[in-house]
Amino acid sequence: MGLTNQATGLSGLLRELPDSLGDKADALIALAGNPNTGKSTVFNGLTGLNQHTGNWPGKTVVLAKGAYRYRKKEITLVDLPGAYSLLANSADEQVARDFIFFGNPDVIVVVTDATCLERNLNLVLQVLEITPRVILCVNLIDQAKQKGFNINFKKLEQILGIPVVPAVARDKKGLEELKEAIHLMVFGQYQSQPKTLIYDEALEQGISQVQQELDKLFHKKMNSRWIALRLLDGEMAIVEQLLEMMQRMEEPTKKEVRLREEIGVDVGFKQGV
Amino acid sequence: MEAERFELTKLPLGSNAKIVALKTAGLARNRLLDLGLVPATIIEAVYKSPAGDPVAYKIRGALIALRAEESRQIIVESI
Repeated sequence: MGLTNQATGLSGLLRELPDSLGDKADALIALAGNPNTGKSTVFNGLTGLNQHTGNWPGKTVVLAKGAYRYRKKEITLVDLPGAYSLLANSADEQVARDFIFFGNPDVIVVVTDATCLERNLNLVLQVLEITPRVILCVNLIDQAKQKGFNINFKKLEQILGIPVVPAVARDKKGLEELKEAIHLMVFGQYQSQPKTLIYDEALEQGISQVQQELDKLFHKKMNSRWIALRLLDGEMAIVEQLLEMMQRMEEPTKKEVRLREEIGVDVGFKQGV
Repeated sequence: MEAERFELTKLPLGSNAKIVALKTAGLARNRLLDLGLVPATIIEAVYKSPAGDPVAYKIRGALIALRAEESRQIIVESI
């Protein structure tokens, strides 16, 4: 079976999203996390159950989409399927990963379970390899306290280099703080500073070789280090997505088409492609 | 004295051991690593299903059931 764009449903989602956002959405936020971390509770808490679920073509993976207003900004939220990993072992995980990489969300909030935080951090590190624009929401801290866990959030923030927001989503605790953290990362001056995972010398050499070729192909418009890692990992599914991405890069966006019509001339938007 | 190494399937219920190696490769290996079965992790056999397979293990704060097919690939040492 060919893993076409249709089959992953990603292009359907990408095509649909800008339309449904219209011009009024100011930011696109993705919610990621292991299954059963209360991700959807966070989603419902933020949006006030203001979501509708969309089933994107080709796969029975449901992505919930919702919106909220905060400090006069319209924020669109996408609830990704629960995933233990972004190494795409399952359809769900592939959708989550593809959205994080190709969907260009402004911020990714990773929701984790405070009662087993350690195992959840695996996913956090994997998302951080894709983008530094990550906020860690540590949910269920009430249950962790009951179990006698004392989590040092400041320390966690220091180690990861990203904002960490403790929460009890079921009781709506921490959600305002989460909105504020998102706001600061999208519209404020906040700069996250995660550490890059360095692999052994042989692998790093391979990475930089593949990276050079990718940068030539994609004009440095994406995180070529992460793609290089996936390719070296022997991941073929990613190749289809890359081809799609090249196609999208060549197509003018809706905004560009509109601008061209307004101005009446063919402005050279896509130089060098 | 060297710690004794054995397959995870041989770990008795209620006992702890330390993971030293995974004998798998590719996606299956990724899966096990994602579930927290990373070398140096302490693992405890907690429950056994009536037929003896799968067995539930406590791994980094979560209870995870593994089939013998998988746990045979996991080498642990006694602690």
